[in-house]
Amino acid sequence: MSATAVNAHAEDHAHDHGHHHKETFMTKYIFSQDHKMISKQYLITGLIMGAIGIAMSLLFRMQLAWPGESFKVFELLLGDWAPDGVMDPNIYLALVTIHGTIMVFFVLTAGLSGTFSNLLIPLQIGARDMASGFLNMVSYWLFFLSSVIMVISLFLEAGPAAAGWTIYPPLSALPQAQPGSGMGMTLWLVSMAIFIASSLLGSLNYIVTVLNLRTKGMSMTRLPLTIWAFFVTAIIGVVSFPVLLSAALLLIMDRSFGTSFFLSDIFIQGEVLHYQGGSPVLFEHLFWFLGHPEVYIVLLPALGITSEVIATNARKPIFGYRAMVASILAIAFLSTIVWGHHMFVSGMNPFLGSVFTFTTLLIAIPSAVKAFNYITTLWKGNLQMNPAMLFSIGLVSTFITGGLTGIILGDSALDINVHDTYFVVAHFHLVMGISALYGLFAGVYHWFPKMFGKMMNKNLGYAHFWITAVCAYGVFFPMHFVGMAGVPRRYYTNTFFPMFDDLTDVQVVMTVFAIIAGFAQLLFVFNFVRSIFYGPKAPQNPWSSTTLEWTTPVEHIHGNWPGEIPHVHRWAYDYSKTREDGEYVIPGQDFVPQTVPLQENEEELNH
Amino acid sequence: MEATANTATDQKVWSGGNEPLRASYGKMMMWFFIVSDALTFSGFLAAYGFSRFKFIETWPIADEVFTHFPFLHGVDAPMYYVALMTFILIFSSVTMVFAVDAGHQGNKNKVAWYMLLTIIGGLVFVGSQAWEWKNFIKGEYGAVELKSGRILQFVDASTNERIALSEFAVDVPSERVAHENKNGLWFEDEGSLTEHSLESVLAGFEANKNIVVRTERLNEEGKKTVLSREASAERLKQAVMVVEGANLVHNEYGNRLFADFFFFITGFHGFHVFSGVVLNIIIFFNVILGTYERRGHYEMVEKVGLYWHFVDLVWVFVFTFFYLV
Repeated sequence: MSATAVNAHAEDHAHDHGHHHKETFMTKYIFSQDHKMISKQYLITGLIMGAIGIAMSLLFRMQLAWPGESFKVFELLLGDWAPDGVMDPNIYLALVTIHGTIMVFFVLTAGLSGTFSNLLIPLQIGARDMASGFLNMVSYWLFFLSSVIMVISLFLEAGPAAAGWTIYPPLSALPQAQPGSGMGMTLWLVSMAIFIASSLLGSLNYIVTVLNLRTKGMSMTRLPLTIWAFFVTAIIGVVSFPVLLSAALLLIMDRSFGTSFFLSDIFIQGEVLHYQGGSPVLFEHLFWFLGHPEVYIVLLPALGITSEVIATNARKPIFGYRAMVASILAIAFLSTIVWGHHMFVSGMNPFLGSVFTFTTLLIAIPSAVKAFNYITTLWKGNLQMNPAMLFSIGLVSTFITGGLTGIILGDSALDINVHDTYFVVAHFHLVMGISALYGLFAGVYHWFPKMFGKMMNKNLGYAHFWITAVCAYGVFFPMHFVGMAGVPRRYYTNTFFPMFDDLTDVQVVMTVFAIIAGFAQLLFVFNFVRSIFYGPKAPQNPWSSTTLEWTTPVEHIHGNWPGEIPHVHRWAYDYSKTREDGEYVIPGQDFVPQTVPLQENEEELNH
Repeated sequence: MEATANTATDQKVWSGGNEPLRASYGKMMMWFFIVSDALTFSGFLAAYGFSRFKFIETWPIADEVFTHFPFLHGVDAPMYYVALMTFILIFSSVTMVFAVDAGHQGNKNKVAWYMLLTIIGGLVFVGSQAWEWKNFIKGEYGAVELKSGRILQFVDASTNERIALSEFAVDVPSERVAHENKNGLWFEDEGSLTEHSLESVLAGFEANKNIVVRTERLNEEGKKTVLSREASAERLKQAVMVVEGANLVHNEYGNRLFADFFFFITGFHGFHVFSGVVLNIIIFFNVILGTYERRGHYEMVEKVGLYWHFVDLVWVFVFTFFYLV
């Protein structure tokens, strides 16, 4: 069995890291088992999927702002789906569906957590690689395969899946329901099943690596908060994705084998279908048992990255380390008992609704702890305003703005008024979409020197941040008001409702902001690609950071450290630490790397 | 919290390189995989509970469905065979424990023998499962389905015992033209014909005054409600088809979700047992070839052992929720 071979290989590894394996192009760049290469593969695949997802959103935003108008770009990109350049309603639904799927799963789950878990877990805990490099490789290639299948589904004649990213039956279960419910839906399910397998393999690796492979002195309470976030994210993934698998398998049975798990009493074109007794609400329960934790799978890595970037660039210890860890754990636990708040108007028992309201509002506590800890870390810090820091502060901002509306939506009595309107869209885009994207960008700007050994251009980074930040609020702030006015989400056009006519101008404003934001990302792409090839060479520790990854050489080597793995003597946040006489612990240097032993008479700051 | 001094000595700080939970990464991966798989099964069992609760008043009685025992034809043996199956599976877990224990002692022959017994136990279980499915699919008595999709079963009014369709159906000659591929542009498979047509069952019912029907609904004693002769005849006017045995769409036992979940959950579990047997066979050959003896430890046996115990534990839940309650 190959797994056993890898096991033996990994065990040998600790002893003979001195010599180097002969590597071919295939084993180094394609089927690499090195976590640093796999993280780059995840990042680039994720960014490509992100480009597709964002481009789709621009297309349907144009339809919303100028409903039914003809555009050359529609004709160009959508072909037969845009006769005379007017977007077809079916493709509108498909675009919304695939935009959601790609952004949530392929960009913000695999692209964010896959990239940075892979890069940072071994480097920041002091390990030579992941526990199982082989499974790690398999995890990436399954992700790649699922991305390819999802992209292939875009080219089907009947269009890709169009039932929304939540794929509620019966829309997703009956091939005759809409064009995308046929092969498009089948490919969606196949792609997601493979994605779940990929996510499972990745998560198993992250968990056991964090538990088993920490270097000497790296106790759990000395882990950087990034690692805590990735670790807990992986656990949530292991707990929630399998339930999506249950739902998907039952749905496949309904679609293809005639069972009635989610279907009952359906008439199509005057004909009764044989399905009896099933319940679409059951699907909603199963789906949202994944769906809600998924929000935190997306968000927690971004929060972890932010903790690290803010502490480093404020030159201050993170405020309330243990409170941060406790909040991550609390969020993870609570995320599994709140799924019902997505179903307040689906016919659930109102009493159950009030229970879910209670558990949902509890999440405000750890979230607020985190938000306040970021602000107090920033307070009176010696702020280094580089692009990663700006994006991290941006995350704190959108996390708070989006989180506040979460309190409204989490309350069943208030939610009913704005359920399924653009208010919801605005809420989750700010709190998990934009926040997680900011976390992704912060991570890329901060760890680019570690990934590629080059520095990114700061000024392009500033331009990227400010345009993105202004435009993101420009899109999603007005969206709250559109939602409160009652405009429903997922609708192809609202021109049939005269009461929404006054809102068309707001829609135009949002779309213009969206288009500018979309094009601003090209700055990032340009900066990213150019810096890989022409960026100035990175110093070993560009941000004067304390964590272990900056003790490795700039050039990637197999096994991360050329000699012994360094030992850890302190937590990760000894920034601006002074002795009793007011001098820095290491004179002239405002940070103490984790590898430096405690100095004489130095008190260990612990959390 | 912020500035409390840590007075712990270096010995208290975890020294790295060993295993804090005293488990290798491979074994821990197996544990977390089991967590994940357990949640998949929980999803299915929760879905089953949800659906069964929805039809709590009409759910089929398992004791009346699983009544077969090999070589005892016509004997009503509710749950006997599934109890035996369960015992065999749990016993295979016991032999697995012995195999792991022998591995700790480094006794290659003993490991191999106990692995072999475990594999045999697993194969017997999968085979028994297939036999259960065969009985379930074939059915015993037959029933008719009404326009509403509900099932009516036939009972002898004097003894209150079930009557199979073949015991009373009267042959009514009828003619039908088979719809074939060459006769239509949009040919859909006809499906198989039942042994008795609806006409012959209804004629048999007319001819035999002693027969009444019972509905899916459970009465206060938890038994199926038996209708009077008149009510039976009235209800049978709604009949649209004869159901013999079970498939994913129709089944003679009652609610179709009963068969859907039975096939799906026991099938999914059976797939797990089958995978477990395949893994066990691979490990068995590795043991015989001396792979683990050379490696110096039998941890792979422990890992597949964990999986095997998990699969057994899942069966305990499936058995409880499907057969017992």
